[in-house]
Amino acid sequence: MNKPLRRIAIFCGLLVLTLLLRDNYLQYVRADKLKDDPNNRRVTIARYATPRGDIIVSGGDPITGSTLTSKTGLNDLKYKRTYKNGPMWAPVTGYASQAFGATQLESIEDGILTGDDDRLFFRKTLDMITGKEQQGGNVVTTLNAAAQKAAYDGLKQRGGKGAVVALDPSTGKILALASYPSYDPSSFAGNTNDDAAAWKKLQKKYNPNDPMLNRALRETYPPGSTFKVVTAAAALENGKYTSADEKTDSPLPWTMPGTTTQLKNEGNIPCENATMRVALQYSCNTVFGKIGADLGNDKMLAEAKKFGFDAEQFTPVRSSASVFSDDMNQSQTALSSIGQYNTAATPLQMAMVASAVANDGKLMKPYMVDSLQSSNLDPVATTKPEELSRPLSPKNAQILQDMMQTVVEKGTGTRAKIDGVTVGGKTGTAQHGVENSENPYAWFISYAKLSDGSSPVAVAVVIEDESANRDDISGGGLAAPIAKNVMEAVIDSKK
Amino acid sequence: MSSTTNSPTHHTSTIGAIGAPSRRNTELALLVFAVAIPVFAYANVGLAIDGQVPAGLLSYGLGLGLLAAVAHLVVRKFAPYADPLLLPLATLLNGLGLVCIWRLDQSKLLQQIHVAGGKATNQLIYTAMGIALFVAVLIFLKDHRTLQRYTYISMVAALFLLLLPLVPGLGADVYGAKIWIAIGSFTIQPGEFAKIVLAVFFAGYLMVKRDALALASRRFMGLYLPRGRDLGPILVVWAISILILVFETDLGTSLLFFGMFVIMLYVATERTSWIVFGLLMSAAGAIGVASFEPHIKVRVQAWLDPMREYTLSRTPGVPGVHSDQLQQALWAFGSGGTLGTGWGQGHSELIRFAANSDFILATFGEELGLAGIMAILLIYGLIVERGVRTALAARDPFGKLLAIGLSGAFALQVFVVSGGVMGLIPLTGMTMPFLAYGGSSVIANWALIGVLIRISDTARRPAPAPAANPDAEMTQVVRPS
Repeated sequence: MNKPLRRIAIFCGLLVLTLLLRDNYLQYVRADKLKDDPNNRRVTIARYATPRGDIIVSGGDPITGSTLTSKTGLNDLKYKRTYKNGPMWAPVTGYASQAFGATQLESIEDGILTGDDDRLFFRKTLDMITGKEQQGGNVVTTLNAAAQKAAYDGLKQRGGKGAVVALDPSTGKILALASYPSYDPSSFAGNTNDDAAAWKKLQKKYNPNDPMLNRALRETYPPGSTFKVVTAAAALENGKYTSADEKTDSPLPWTMPGTTTQLKNEGNIPCENATMRVALQYSCNTVFGKIGADLGNDKMLAEAKKFGFDAEQFTPVRSSASVFSDDMNQSQTALSSIGQYNTAATPLQMAMVASAVANDGKLMKPYMVDSLQSSNLDPVATTKPEELSRPLSPKNAQILQDMMQTVVEKGTGTRAKIDGVTVGGKTGTAQHGVENSENPYAWFISYAKLSDGSSPVAVAVVIEDESANRDDISGGGLAAPIAKNVMEAVIDSKK
Repeated sequence: MSSTTNSPTHHTSTIGAIGAPSRRNTELALLVFAVAIPVFAYANVGLAIDGQVPAGLLSYGLGLGLLAAVAHLVVRKFAPYADPLLLPLATLLNGLGLVCIWRLDQSKLLQQIHVAGGKATNQLIYTAMGIALFVAVLIFLKDHRTLQRYTYISMVAALFLLLLPLVPGLGADVYGAKIWIAIGSFTIQPGEFAKIVLAVFFAGYLMVKRDALALASRRFMGLYLPRGRDLGPILVVWAISILILVFETDLGTSLLFFGMFVIMLYVATERTSWIVFGLLMSAAGAIGVASFEPHIKVRVQAWLDPMREYTLSRTPGVPGVHSDQLQQALWAFGSGGTLGTGWGQGHSELIRFAANSDFILATFGEELGLAGIMAILLIYGLIVERGVRTALAARDPFGKLLAIGLSGAFALQVFVVSGGVMGLIPLTGMTMPFLAYGGSSVIANWALIGVLIRISDTARRPAPAPAANPDAEMTQVVRPS
């Protein structure tokens, strides 16, 4: 009987060996993959095991914090995120919630904020050896607290939905990024029933205002007349017209090519064969529609792309791509060239348009993270300004600046005037809805230029005002004052 | 007590196993470690969770030490030649299991869902009952061959135990497997006891029938095919295990019994053909049942794609029962890595239900790491090895068969449970012997160790000295094999 016994012994040995091999596979070969699986709750537990690093605005004030989670209940997460002025900064920070995960900067820079990032390896090892709790690093943003406040307060006062983006034209730094209505990420940072209720209330399903939508980066609107700046740039760059004061070939009334439809202007304005300066000042649809139709889809698209259309921007938070279509006939191109038809732009995109003009034709890549710091404030990484493209030659940029300044001097944008500062801008009122049944969007894009020739700020403001009377809505009335306040805030903080 | 009792020096004419040292002192020394290691582990858990040595350390250490001491003294008195490793190894596993159960008792989450909280105290009581049964086995079972008399009674008893969970009003359906019976607030897993009783029946039956099964056969394609009527018993056992599978939806127990029977049949007849038959039949049975029994099907799906089950368990409105347990266990193992997080510092409470019973190995995996699991698997391997060695050393076929049956079943159980928890094979509702929380398991496994120790004592006991016969020539003693 002993021979089969020995074989059974070998068989049992093989069983144990199989288990050992499996365990080695599980706990050695696959260990890291299992350990770092985002669905593995331990990842979340580790994320909140130590106080998170902070997100800081330019100037040094943190807009986030961490607090000990209350010990009651079954919470296995030690710290909870807090936010200062949550609704104002939410489009910048995003949220880090124990129950609902993290987005935007909180998610993108999670490694730095938790201290797990490899760039903090030395620090982490030092803390481990000295027995200190792991500490997260900080994310220093480019945002200007005063400009952000002006932007958010302006939108809040207005009351409707809207967004503001302000850029530093010479670097691409994002100075303000506001969206309204907004949400307080503190309200659902934990994982209690209250947090769940607050979260539920913010979802689009239960809140038609969709407060969690980051309108500044993720919503595209028809840009309306503000797009005429791009069309004017295309006319100058393609040599169709070479100065602001050259008479254009613009019949009135003008029937769009290939159709029997006449393109209408808003009111009785002097658009027949108007110069581009006058056409921009009065916002002539016929002049810029015809320029677009004459240049054609390809040339218009090429210019729009140079301004950043048709591409997502990573600031590093991703923005939606703005749209200028590529398969349009002449009449569709004409409509698109005055910011209607399929044309759609994010507020960030239109701020980029204004900033490129203000920066003498050079478009800088927009960014909001200035630097990353370790917990003892040593810089870990710094963002360098980067040129994205050159939509305009310096000469043409100056012509366009001249035209936009006329708009603010004596055109539709007079409400953005600032004493002692040169302001250039463009209003826009974009129609939307079936047969334009819904309230139009009010746009304003502008930049400020100081006496030394430098331009510290470019802004885009959009308002979807459902409460206002349709006729009242025009970029000049609703959006320009907000843009003015934001520009003033930036200029004041420079002094 | 000396380890060199019954010194053979006064009978130089005999050779053989006579005079094998009893090794009781070795056992005692090992037992000291088997108690000390869990005590240190216990202190470790307290330090990690509360930052202080747990208040119960002394009573816990004394309790475990006392139980080990009683077991040791009884072995010393009633089974002096027993294998010296079995008791310390079982004590170590039992002690570590207690520590782990206590550690999971500290989890608020598990307390909330009534999986943990005061379970370590219960387990200590079960352990005491297990040791009591172990002592009873050694005291009342003077010779394991006595069991041979109860071959057919064992069969009836085993069937009775196996069918108990199916009795209406007595059986309890726990998470789909009907392997428990509930008496008041007590739940008992009769299958754990049936394992031992069934091994007694198989050993007794096969000892009598082995010649008929082995010799009366035809040769076909290199295999010895048994006669039709000899196929009877294996078919009956196969049918019973399939019935267990169908009615109690318990793949593990079914596999365990059938596997045990095939191993014992093979050892009894030395015919490889039985292994081939056994494998074919178990494969056919398992696949056949798995394809239509929904409970088993779910387990197989969870094994094939644990992540999908995890996702489904989190998606509201998905029909059917989906459990994230296996994926949670895999995450626990992975997060433990090579060296583990250390006692009390893991998060295996995320496994929730059965975290301290069927899935207890995952907690060891997370907190002691690859190193700890390998050590535990090797301890199990050593227990099996000592069991097989006992079978090899036993002088009687009944003892050989019983010992190999019990150790084979033990090995299969360890494989099926830990293989299931580690995602190697589909999960079955069985518990890790000695480690897992559960009275039936601990008590039955102590009885199993008791029987193995009894057989090993008989096997290693020096042969009685032949009566001095001045007329006889030198007697040749053949070393038993």
